[in-house]
Amino acid sequence: MGNKYFHSVTLDSDLCRGCTNCIKRCPTEAIRVREGKAKIIDERCIDCGECLRICPYHAKLALSDPLDRIKQYKYPVALPAPSLYGQFGSKVSVDQIIAGLLEIGFCQVEEVAYGAELVSRAFAAFLKENPFPRPAISSACPAVLRLVQVKFPELLNHIVPLNSPMETTARLARARMVDAGYPPEEVGIFFITPCAAKVTAVKNPLGTGKSAVDGVIGIADVFGPLSKAINKLEETGNLRQSTGKGVGWAVTGGESRLLGDIRYLAVDGLMNVNQVFEEVMMGKLKEIEFIEGLACVGGCVGGPLTVVNPFVAKARILRCAQEVPPVLRELPPRPNWQDLLWKEKIHPVGALRLDDDMSVAIQKMETMERISESLPGLDCGSCGAPTCVALAEDIVRRQADEVDCVFKLREKVTQLAEMMVELSSKLPPSIGKKEKE
Amino acid sequence: MAKAERAKPLIMNFAIERGNFQLAGEASSKIKGRLLQLGFPGNLIRRVAIATYEAEMNLVIHSYGGTIEARIEPGKVTITVNDVGPGIPDLDKAMKAGFSTAPEEIREMGFGAGMGLPNMRNCSSEFRIDSVVGKGTTIKMVIS
Ligand SMILES: Nc1ncnc2c1ncn2[C@@H]1O[C@H](COP(=O)(O)OP(=O)(O)O)[C@@H](O)[C@H]1O
Ligand code: SF4
Ligand SMILES: [Mg+2]
Repeated sequence: MGNKYFHSVTLDSDLCRGCTNCIKRCPTEAIRVREGKAKIIDERCIDCGECLRICPYHAKLALSDPLDRIKQYKYPVALPAPSLYGQFGSKVSVDQIIAGLLEIGFCQVEEVAYGAELVSRAFAAFLKENPFPRPAISSACPAVLRLVQVKFPELLNHIVPLNSPMETTARLARARMVDAGYPPEEVGIFFITPCAAKVTAVKNPLGTGKSAVDGVIGIADVFGPLSKAINKLEETGNLRQSTGKGVGWAVTGGESRLLGDIRYLAVDGLMNVNQVFEEVMMGKLKEIEFIEGLACVGGCVGGPLTVVNPFVAKARILRCAQEVPPVLRELPPRPNWQDLLWKEKIHPVGALRLDDDMSVAIQKMETMERISESLPGLDCGSCGAPTCVALAEDIVRRQADEVDCVFKLREKVTQLAEMMVELSSKLPPSIGKKEKE
Repeated sequence: MAKAERAKPLIMNFAIERGNFQLAGEASSKIKGRLLQLGFPGNLIRRVAIATYEAEMNLVIHSYGGTIEARIEPGKVTITVNDVGPGIPDLDKAMKAGFSTAPEEIREMGFGAGMGLPNMRNCSSEFRIDSVVGKGTTIKMVIS
């Protein structure tokens, strides 16, 4: 397991110009600009990848693996996320995508769409057989899990504690390879990902224990070689074995629709997910039994490492979901949620806490409020903080100074200038006369 | 910063307008945000969020308008709700689960299940409601 605050989003300082686009768009206010460069506050970052999308200079990088890494294993297995199927034109079939993956160096392909269908069945059975706080919240999107950890600790026990399609498929894939006689250390399991959040889910997993995935490669990084390989393909035969059900997970609502007769709410876009959770907190959504929250608009087809416009990709996924491959991989006779059950509890992250001592925290908040009232309230971002309130918070955390605000600085300079003018008219008593009334 | 001997409580004030459904939930959400920053446990934050939201809704739906004050001390939040009328004629009845005088159009919006006051009481460690018809209603909830 990696370090506690491993993140899959990082900054290329050479490309960063210190503009304020990312600080304004970060849903947890986890970015500041310091000395002309963006800095990510580790405890607050939830790896949603919003900054990857917004940076006009492409200075934010996802720490996914390059395609070359598969060469480190004798038997690399590709696990394509369902969203990969939405990245190609209508002439390219899923069979061809799988064949293409085999062309570019993988020795085996395990469709995550299949794992997704297993997970759906497990979710449905779990919710039926267990008393569980409602609304139950899907554990599929790692950025949403981290949002709950940072901002909604009280909803942690609403998260369905079952492995994701990625993790489930990875464990199956590994078991199948080992059963087939491949030496375990020579088998490398590679997830083809739409997002950086899944990289974090592998390097620093929540709930599942050590991940069975060995590497995570961005869709954008396989897209070029894969397209080329697909163009050269001749006959492929029937390779796809997943039903449309699992493929549908790539778009918002695909997951919920498989849960049967349950009142669900599917929401995408991290800010929207945040708002729905706020409403849960107030006890507003009493009738809802299940929430599918996805960080990316459109669902995983909108992931920051995809290449095609999410709406175009969605249309393709929906079509793909309707096709029925001639040979289907068999599902186990009964859904087995016990096998997917998490090994670890997830704990809240107190990243927003002002102080460990509550009375000190209250004092700091008091000060923060006073400072924030004295700031202009323009949220201009020049100070490097996303809002004036955030600057006030940074000041009480001793990570910023009042004159970081350009308006405060100008006020101070004016005061100083006035004082200088006043002082300059004064003469020592030995030279000049005291001014008379 | 030095450890505070007896910290001054933090006070937050909100004015709630009658009929303004759009802003209902704002006080609850803002208080919740503060409590998170102050390190309050999740369970307490949630009780405060529910109780405050129900109070906001009652001001919006049933009252002529009013105010909500949150007084935040270490480990303890006191929510005081005041309105300027019309007051509640029968408090025992109003406190009963399922009792509601909300008109049809409000029910159609999904409100008026008659669970607001009972929920507020359930979320509170101390709960007190006073009402004078023609004057107004005051609710004090201590959540700790
Ligand atoms: N602030 C208030 N002013 C006047 N009447 C109120 C107020 N709050 C509650 N009530 C009365 O008490 C009843 C029960 O309130 P509550 O339990 O919140 O249910 P609901 O709001 O769903 O009707 C309301 O229908 C209303 O008649
Ligand atoms: S919605 Fe899908 S692509 Fe986006 S962060 Fe979540 S898991 Fe990744
Ligand atoms: Mg009510």
